[in-house]
Amino acid sequence: MPLNKSKKKTPMPAQKPEVRRRNFNEVALGYTQEDAVNEAQRCLQCKKPGCVQGCPVQVQIPRFIKLIAERDFDGAIKVIKETNSLPAVCGRVCPQEEQCEQKCVVGKMGEPVAIGRLERFAADWERAKGVKTPELPEKLGKKVAVIGSGPASLTCAGDLAKLGYDVTVFEAFHKPGGVLVYGIPEFRLPKAIVQEEVDFIKKLGVEVKTDMVMGKVLTVDDLFDMGYEAVFIGTGAGLPKFMGIPGENYLGVYSANEFLTRINLMRAYSFPETDTPIKVGKKVAVVGGGNVAMDSARSALRMGAEEVHIVYRRSEEEMPARQEEFENAKEEGIIFDFLTNPVRILGDEKGWVKGIECIRMELGEPDASGRRRPVPVKGSEFTMEVDTVVIAIGTGPNPLLIKATEGLELTKYGYIAADENGRTSREGVWAGGDIVTGAATVILAMGAGKKAAASIHEYLQSKK
Amino acid sequence: MFKILERKDLAPSIKLFVMDAPLVAKKARPGQFVILRIREGGERIPLTIADYDAEKGTVTVVFQEVGKTTRELGTMKAGDLLQDFVGPLGVPVEFPHHKKVLGVGGGLGVAPLYPKLKMLHEQGVEVVSIIGAKTADMLIFEDEMKAVSDRLYVCTDDGSKGRHGFVTVVLKELLEQGEKFDEIIIIGPPILMKIGADITRPYGIPTMVSLNPIMVDGTGMCGGCRVSVGGETRFACVDGPAFDGHKVDFDELMKRLATYRDEEKISADRFQEAHECKLTGKIKEAERDAAE
Ligand SMILES: Cc1cc2nc3c(=O)[nH]c(=O)nc-3n(C[C@H](O)[C@H](O)[C@H](O)COP(=O)(O)OP(=O)(O)OC[C@H]3O[C@@H](n4cnc5c(N)ncnc54)[C@H](O)[C@@H]3O)c2cc1C
Ligand SMILES: Cc1cc2nc3c(=O)[nH]c(=O)nc-3n(C[C@H](O)[C@H](O)[C@H](O)COP(=O)(O)OP(=O)(O)OC[C@H]3O[C@@H](n4cnc5c(N)ncnc54)[C@H](O)[C@@H]3O)c2cc1C
Ligand code: SF4
Ligand code: FES
Repeated sequence: MPLNKSKKKTPMPAQKPEVRRRNFNEVALGYTQEDAVNEAQRCLQCKKPGCVQGCPVQVQIPRFIKLIAERDFDGAIKVIKETNSLPAVCGRVCPQEEQCEQKCVVGKMGEPVAIGRLERFAADWERAKGVKTPELPEKLGKKVAVIGSGPASLTCAGDLAKLGYDVTVFEAFHKPGGVLVYGIPEFRLPKAIVQEEVDFIKKLGVEVKTDMVMGKVLTVDDLFDMGYEAVFIGTGAGLPKFMGIPGENYLGVYSANEFLTRINLMRAYSFPETDTPIKVGKKVAVVGGGNVAMDSARSALRMGAEEVHIVYRRSEEEMPARQEEFENAKEEGIIFDFLTNPVRILGDEKGWVKGIECIRMELGEPDASGRRRPVPVKGSEFTMEVDTVVIAIGTGPNPLLIKATEGLELTKYGYIAADENGRTSREGVWAGGDIVTGAATVILAMGAGKKAAASIHEYLQSKK
Repeated sequence: MFKILERKDLAPSIKLFVMDAPLVAKKARPGQFVILRIREGGERIPLTIADYDAEKGTVTVVFQEVGKTTRELGTMKAGDLLQDFVGPLGVPVEFPHHKKVLGVGGGLGVAPLYPKLKMLHEQGVEVVSIIGAKTADMLIFEDEMKAVSDRLYVCTDDGSKGRHGFVTVVLKELLEQGEKFDEIIIIGPPILMKIGADITRPYGIPTMVSLNPIMVDGTGMCGGCRVSVGGETRFACVDGPAFDGHKVDFDELMKRLATYRDEEKISADRFQEAHECKLTGKIKEAERDAAE
């Protein structure tokens, strides 16, 4: 196959920043067939590919890229799906720059092969044709319950259904998908894709029950009483953290979870066609430096804010957000205030937020995370006038189900303790995704769901 | 989808629905609530479980038409379906050692008060209650409250029934007369709970209130329902909705409830408009029928 020696990735068509900053449509538009083949020809087909090592689920990257170069797109997606159940999602949101692409040899002398874009291309190729439902084996007559419907749960449920189990998914919200529907915005991950993934597992025979706040309406014990022989918990890390500074309850101060849920899940951008409102002022400050902060800031812009700041206490280098999203945010005009930490939120007499008092920070010695610890610069306080504040400083484990489940060992931070296969301290109960690892990534959650499904299968096979 | 089995109009703008929701009914306890959504695109709104019957699989809710969603709900009838009906949410209340309890319910607050007093009554606890409304025809659950109370006081703001005045006047009188209670439960508009808690504070009687901040999920994942209790931030949906009335920052709660006042008005006006068209449409049809 011919080699493309370009040092740069084949560019992906995208909406222009000045247009996209005011709409919720997807920013990146995806490769054409020609783009994809052209990019696939940059791959050196390494004998010992670094990219595969960098992939948390070991997608056979050179194999699928070769098939794209040979225009066997059906073959390519088949290879990807051997280990990744959600390629249309992962191709869009995986931090490839820290995973496969970081390890790609081509990247040593320029830009790495655009593995994520190729994955997305292959997945979208299959989606456009209509994903075929695989032939299902005979039913095993055994029931498995899956709690939550994020990437961990969808993967676990799908894999078990393919093995012949009767799987029921129990989701608290009115819509399945987890963070993929309530957190990650439409402009990065169209909701139609998540819906297709949900429809796919339904076609595999999985029953998806929404409005099921587990721990309240049913407990894990109830599930066993109802004849479920194994339970997978994939409830994510959905508990919002606040800063614990004065003024956080002023009107116009949101957790990122609430802000994004109102916009994405409740479709506040269509208010008053839809009923759920949101208040986005003229000048918005988002506190934090991760993907969640980027998504909140870019959503605020699309809701009509005139000026949006990201206030982050460390520097650009320590920022955990994906590089691509940081670039996108900058292009769209988000203003970054690095080494700045809020100390107090200010409000007016009616209780509306009117500003944040911040202090400048400088970097000191490395802390437990290995990043240099930010320390306040004495006397550097200043006030930022804003009328909306979004707090995106992380999330923790929601204790609702955990508290209602006996015999579950927890980690010291309150996450569920599980072994590498997702097995918990309680017989018949597995857990995976953010509820085990803390807030992480879609691909890790997906991988955890896969491992748990295999382990549940092994357990139920040996049980009979 | 969840079916409305029965609808009762309790007062102008106050309605009761008996819902078919077996799983919720099975787990429901006094003090808990549900979140419902009428249809796709609708808002998620919380309503207190006013009664439940695990055997029949039914849950009763009572609501007042105050804005778009509750007004739309008010147009629905028995046999209609609600898109979502989630629960039971919140922490159930428990009173293991009480001998005598006073319940104070204002306006719509009588409905959420009722299941708690019913449970206490069934436990053999002496129950005294004070219920009130603006006018006689706005008074709800009088018979139900009578059935679970050893003594019941009824008040109306305009004197059209029972005592003339607010429920808090009777509350104050009882305490001034030296009557003792193990706990006082006050449920109603935030201002009533605030005044009530101020009245009971000097007597040192534990006072429970049930808070109604704006909610989204009801499971502790958004923090929109946060309230300040004793200087700490709590999420009303998972830590409450019942809290120690002496520690709640009611002023903050009242302010936060006004967050979406402008948007609520837009929604309500749009609903009104769409609805009036329907009404006038109907009238026109009737006129035509009459003419033919
Ligand atoms: C705004 C945002 C942006 C992100 N961006 C990226 C990105 O670009 N790339 C990336 O890889 N990762 C990203 N992440 C992280 C990623 O989305 C998560 O790591 C991943 O979704 C975790 O999957 P999960 O299956 O463990 O749980 P979740 O996706 O959190 O799903 C958990 C589900 O369980 C449900 N649930 C919770 N409690 C109960 C209960 N008691 N009963 C029933 N159901 C319950 C929840 O409603 C939810 O639907 C982002 C996260 C957020 C919030
Ligand atoms: C735990 C709890 C239990 C409740 N129990 C009852 C009940 O049994 N009967 C009853 O009639 N009402 C109850 N409420 C209040 C009820 O939820 C609101 O009246 C309803 O949401 C108003 O919606 P709307 O669209 O009709 O009015 P809107 O015009 O949206 O609002 C009218 C008022 O209701 C408040 N409100 C608006 N949206 C919400 C929301 N999503 N959650 C909570 N409050 C909101 C606003 O502060 C506003 O002042 C309860 C609230 C809570 C939190
Ligand atoms: S490391 Fe890069 S060049 Fe080598 S196989 Fe992987 S994608 Fe191709
Ligand atoms: S309603 Fe979202 S945390 Fe309480």
